Amino acid sequence: MVKLTIDGKLIEAKEGSTILEAAKSAGIYIPTLCYYKDVNQIGACRVCLVEIEGDERLSASCNTYVEEGMVVKTNSPRVRQARKVNVELILSQHNVNCTSCVRSGNCALQSVANDLNILDVPYEKKTAKSNWDMTAPLIRDASKCIKCYRCINVCENIQGLGVWDINGTGTRTKVTLSRAEAIRDMNCTFCGQCITHCPTGALRERDDTDTVFAAIDNPDLITVLQMAPAVRTAWAANLGLTPEEATEKRMVAAFRALGVDYVFDTNFSADLTIMEEGSEFIERMTHPGEYKMPMFTSCCPGWVRFMKLEYPEYVNNLSTAKSPQQMFGAVTKSYFAKKIGVDPSKIYCISVMPCTAKKYEYDVPEVNDAVDGLKDVDMVITAREISRMIKAAHINVKELPEEEFDSPLGSGTGAAVIFGATGGVMEAALRSAYFLITGENPDADAFKAVRGPEPWREVSVEIKGIPVRAAVTSGLANTRKLMEAVISGEKEYDFIEIMACPGGCSGGGGQPISDGNELAFERGQILYKLDANNPLRFSHENPDVLKLYEEYMEKPLSHMSHKLLHTKQENWTL
Amino acid sequence: MSRLNLTKISNAQKTMDGLYMDFDHRIAASPIGNCPVDLTAAFLKVCAAQSCGKCVPCRIGLDSLSGILNTILDGEATLETIDEAERLATVIVDSADCAIGFEAAKLVLNGIKAFREDYVSHIEKDKCTANFAAVPCSAKCPAHIDIPGYIALIGDGRYADAVRLIRKDNPLPAVCGLICEHPCEKNCRRNIIDDAINIRGLKRFATDMAGDVPAPEKAPETGKTVAVVGGGPSGLTAAYFLSLMGHKVTIFESKPKLGGMLRYGIPMYRLPDENLDKEIDVILSLGIDVKLNTYIGKDVTIDELKKNFDCTYIAIGAHSDKKLGIDGEDAAGVISAVELLRNCGEHALPDFKGKDVVIVGGGNVAMDATRTSMRLGAKSVKCVYRRRVDDMTALPEEIEGAMAEGCEIIPLMAPERVEKNADGSLKAIVFKPQITGKYRDGRPSPQKADLPEVSMECDVVVVAIGQAIESKVFAEMGIPLNRESLKADDFCAVPDNEGVFAGGDCISGPKTVIMAIEAGKVAAANIDEYLGCHTDISANVSVPEATHHFMSACGRINLGERAAGERKNDFDIMENEMTLQEAKQECSRCLRCDHYGMGSFKNGRAYKW
Repeated sequence: MVKLTIDGKLIEAKEGSTILEAAKSAGIYIPTLCYYKDVNQIGACRVCLVEIEGDERLSASCNTYVEEGMVVKTNSPRVRQARKVNVELILSQHNVNCTSCVRSGNCALQSVANDLNILDVPYEKKTAKSNWDMTAPLIRDASKCIKCYRCINVCENIQGLGVWDINGTGTRTKVTLSRAEAIRDMNCTFCGQCITHCPTGALRERDDTDTVFAAIDNPDLITVLQMAPAVRTAWAANLGLTPEEATEKRMVAAFRALGVDYVFDTNFSADLTIMEEGSEFIERMTHPGEYKMPMFTSCCPGWVRFMKLEYPEYVNNLSTAKSPQQMFGAVTKSYFAKKIGVDPSKIYCISVMPCTAKKYEYDVPEVNDAVDGLKDVDMVITAREISRMIKAAHINVKELPEEEFDSPLGSGTGAAVIFGATGGVMEAALRSAYFLITGENPDADAFKAVRGPEPWREVSVEIKGIPVRAAVTSGLANTRKLMEAVISGEKEYDFIEIMACPGGCSGGGGQPISDGNELAFERGQILYKLDANNPLRFSHENPDVLKLYEEYMEKPLSHMSHKLLHTKQENWTL
Repeated sequence: MSRLNLTKISNAQKTMDGLYMDFDHRIAASPIGNCPVDLTAAFLKVCAAQSCGKCVPCRIGLDSLSGILNTILDGEATLETIDEAERLATVIVDSADCAIGFEAAKLVLNGIKAFREDYVSHIEKDKCTANFAAVPCSAKCPAHIDIPGYIALIGDGRYADAVRLIRKDNPLPAVCGLICEHPCEKNCRRNIIDDAINIRGLKRFATDMAGDVPAPEKAPETGKTVAVVGGGPSGLTAAYFLSLMGHKVTIFESKPKLGGMLRYGIPMYRLPDENLDKEIDVILSLGIDVKLNTYIGKDVTIDELKKNFDCTYIAIGAHSDKKLGIDGEDAAGVISAVELLRNCGEHALPDFKGKDVVIVGGGNVAMDATRTSMRLGAKSVKCVYRRRVDDMTALPEEIEGAMAEGCEIIPLMAPERVEKNADGSLKAIVFKPQITGKYRDGRPSPQKADLPEVSMECDVVVVAIGQAIESKVFAEMGIPLNRESLKADDFCAVPDNEGVFAGGDCISGPKTVIMAIEAGKVAAANIDEYLGCHTDISANVSVPEATHHFMSACGRINLGERAAGERKNDFDIMENEMTLQEAKQECSRCLRCDHYGMGSFKNGRAYKW
C-alpha cells in the first residue's frame, strides 16, 4: 500500500493504482470525460487533471500512478481553470444541440460542462462534417465526436475488431472507419458497444421510433410487440423508476400503454429456440461425422456477423436455429395469424431489443420465411428507443398498475429469461438436452458453472454416457481467442455459446447507457433471480410452446419447424 | 548630431532569435507521420509571417496558398483545387522578388508532387494517409526496439531485464551499445526541450552492468531446418530468432570466425573482440551449428542448401572493395580499407611505423581506416576527400576524433593518379583540387578547380570509397541480381527461389549494423511464417509504469573518450562509459512517449512480434 494525501486527506491506496482510482476509493470525486475504466485511460480530454505538489505542471489523474508521500490537490484554482478551459475547448469543436440530441440528459459532456458552470464558449466554433449512411443500424455524427477515442479502444481491445481508427493529426484529427469509407463495407458486427461507450451523441442507433409510432397509429395494422429477456433489466433506467418499481409487469403495462395490440414476450420464442437448438445439438452429437462440430449458438446476430466476416469457414458450425427474435416473427406471421384469423400482412411485428445488431438481423432478406414478400419481424427498436417512445407518449410509468403479458406468445420459463445473460442459452439448452436424452429433469441449477463474470467458462457433463464439453464466452476479443484455441486444436468442445457483447445481452449495445458503468453482470443477476422465482425452469415445460408443437409444428426439427424456425446463416446477406 | 550608431540587438529580436532556436529544436524532434498537407499549410503561414510585405506574390500569395490548402483539409475542395494550388505556387516561384517567397512556394510544389495521393485522399475521402508514430525512437529504430521500456528498466536498476527487453528485437545489444549509429536519437521528443536522450550510451551502460544474461527459452522444436549464409549481424540475428522459434539453424561462414563486418570491418578500439565474442556465445548457446571457412559456390552450392534445408537466408554482406579507377592504382602500397580493416580484425596488424599514409574517402569506413592507420604507428595520416568536410558522410564525432588524434582531413581533393617508383612501388598520389558546386541529389557536387595539381608523397594509400558485394557466384547459382546487389523483396524473399530469403548489406549495399539486424529479424519472421509456424517472440519483462516526474531542461550526458594522445597508440576501447550517476540522470530525462501522447493508445506497447 502507498500513503498519499489527496485534498488534505491522508489515504492509502494500492500500489500501481491511479490517482483517480485512489481518490475514488477515498470518496473523493474527480470529474472525468474521456476516461473509461480499463477501456480508455489515455489522458486525452484533460478534465481529470490534478495538481501534484512539487510538479511544474498538472497531471491527468486517470493515467498518473500514486506514489508514497504524494500530495495531490483535485480542486485548486489552477486545476479548476484548466479543467474549465479544456471543456470550453472541447465544446468549441462539439455540435452543441442538446435540445435535439438522443443523449441529452444522459451525456457525459453535458454533465461535466454543466458541473463546471460553463455559460459561454469564448473560442471559435468549428465542428466536423459528417458523411454517413443513415440507413445503417449504427449512426455516427462526426460533429458531436469529442475525440475521447473510447470507441476506438472498446472496438480494438474489447471487441478485437478495430472498426474505428484515429485519422490525421493536428487540430483536424478525427475518428474514422479504419479500412473503408462506409460502415457497411467494414467488418463491423453492429454490436453497438461503441455506442454504449460513447460519452456523447456522436454514436447512436438508427432511430426507428417514428416508424413504429406510425404502425401503432395505423388502424389497419395489428401491432404485436415482443421484447427480449434483457430488456426487462434496464427498460426503466432513464424513466426515473426505482428498481423495485421497474418490474416486468409494469414494463408490460408501459409498452401496452403505447397502443400496441399485443404485448408478447421473446421469452416464449427463447423456449422455442431451446427446443429446436437442443434437439439439433442432440442430433449432431449422436451422429458423429455427419455434422460440423463443435456446434455454436446462433441467437446473437453480432456473433453471426462476426463468424461470417472473420471465420467464414466455420459458419456451418452455427446452429441452424433462428434467433428467438426471428422465431417469434415467423410464429407470429404464421401460427398466430392463423389463430386469430387475420391475414399475416395485417400484422406488424415490433421487436424491442437490447441490441443494435438485431436491426441488421431482421432486415436480412434470407430470414423471412412465414409469408412470401413479408418480413417476419417488421421493425426492431432498442431498449433506448422504447424508453424514448414512452417519454414522447408522456406515459406516467410510475403510476401504471402492473399488467400481464398477452397470450399465447407471452409465456416464458426461467430457462428463457436467462438468455439475456452470458451463459444463459447454454444453461437453458443443457437443462432441456438432459431431459430430452434421459427423459427426466436435472436439478435446474445443475449447470450453473457456466454463469459468472469470468471471460471464458467451461462445463463438462455426462448425460447418459454422452460426454458434453461446453464453453461460453462473450465479447468478441474473447471470442477470437476462443476461436483460435478451437482452430489450433488446443481446446476441444462440443457446444459453444457466444455473445458479442461483454456479459451478454444485458450488456448489449442497445441497452440504456449509464456512462462509465459496465452493468451487464449486475443486470444479469436480475435475470437469474427471475429464473429462480419462475415455477417453470425448463423450456420443454413451457405449455404454450408445447401447444404450438401440438397444434402446428408437430415436433422439434419437423418439416414445418425447418421451414419456419431454421435458417442457413451461410446464405445471409452481410 | 551623430551620423551613425552602433548596432544593438533589441530585446524583441533576441526573443525572436530564441523562438527560431526553439523552432530548430522542434524541427529536430519532428514527430513522424503528421498530416503532410496540414504541415505544408502551417509552414506557409510561417513563411507568410516572414514576408517583408513588399512584393505581391509573397505578401498575398503565400497566405492565399495556405488558405487553399485549408479548404482541402476542411473537406471543401475538389480535385481541381490541387491544380489551383499548383498554379498559384508556380506563380509565386516564378515571380516572388526574393527567396522568402519563391523558396516557400517551391516546397509546396515539391510537396504536391511527393504526396499528391494524400491531397487526393483528403479531397475524396476526407481522410489523411499519414500514420502517426507514437514512440519516435522505437519508430526510427529499424529493429523497433522498445526503447522507453528499456530506459525505464535501466532507471530502475533492472539491467538484465533491460538486456532481455532489447533482445526481443535485437540479439546484439552490447554491439549496438558500442557502435550503433543510433537513428533512434534523431527524432527524440526530448529535442524539443534540450537534446535527444543518449540512447546508445544507455544501452551500453545496461549491457556493461547486466553481466551474463542467458538467452531466453526456445520454443519447442519444430523439426524444420534453416541454413544461414553469412555469420555477420544479419545472419546472427536471423539465426538467433529462428532458433528461439524452435527451428534448427546452421550458419555457413567463409571466414575463420563469426561476426562479419563486426569483426572484420569495425576496428577493435570501437568494438573489442571480447564484447563481440560474448554476444555471439549467447546466440550460439541456442544450439546453432556453425560451419566456418565454408564458401558458398565452392564448398556447398545453393542447390544443395535448398535440398538439405527447409529454408535458406543469405546475408553475405558487402566485403569486397571498390577501385578508384585511376592510373597507377596497382602500385604496391595501395590497399583497400576493407583489406586493412580485415587484416586488423584477424590481428594481422600491418606495420605502418614511420610511414606516411593517405586515406581516400569521406565515410565512416574512411574514418576507421584513418584512425586505425594512426594506431598502427604511421608517421603521418591524411584523409583526403573530394567534397567539403560538411559533406562527409562520416559521423561528425568520428571526424573530430580523428583530427584530435592528429590525423589531417584534407577536403576538396579528387584523386587523379598514383605515381610509382622505378620498382613499381608507391611514390605519391596526385590530387586535382576541387571547388564545391551545384546541388545534385541533395548535396553539392565537386567540380575541378582552376588550381594546380597537388602531389602527396606517401608510403601507403588506403582506398575507402565504398564496398562491393561478392554477388557473381550467387548469380551463377540462380540468385537474381539488382545491379551488383542480390535481389530480394521487402519481406526478404528472393524472387524465383522458393524458400530462399536474403537481407542486409548484400541487398541494400553497405548500410548500418542496425539495418542488417532489422533484415535478420524480418527474414526470421517471414521464414517462420513460410515454414507454417507462427511463433511469437516476446520478452516477458514488465516495464515500470511512467512516473509524473518531469525533468525540465537538462544537459544531455555525452560519452567521453580516452585522451587523444593516449588512445591513438593502442587498439583498446576508445569510448568511456557512463557513470551510474550519469545513467540515472539520463534515464530520468526520458519523456516516456510510451505512456504520454499516443503511446498508451489502443493496446499500448507491442509485447511480441
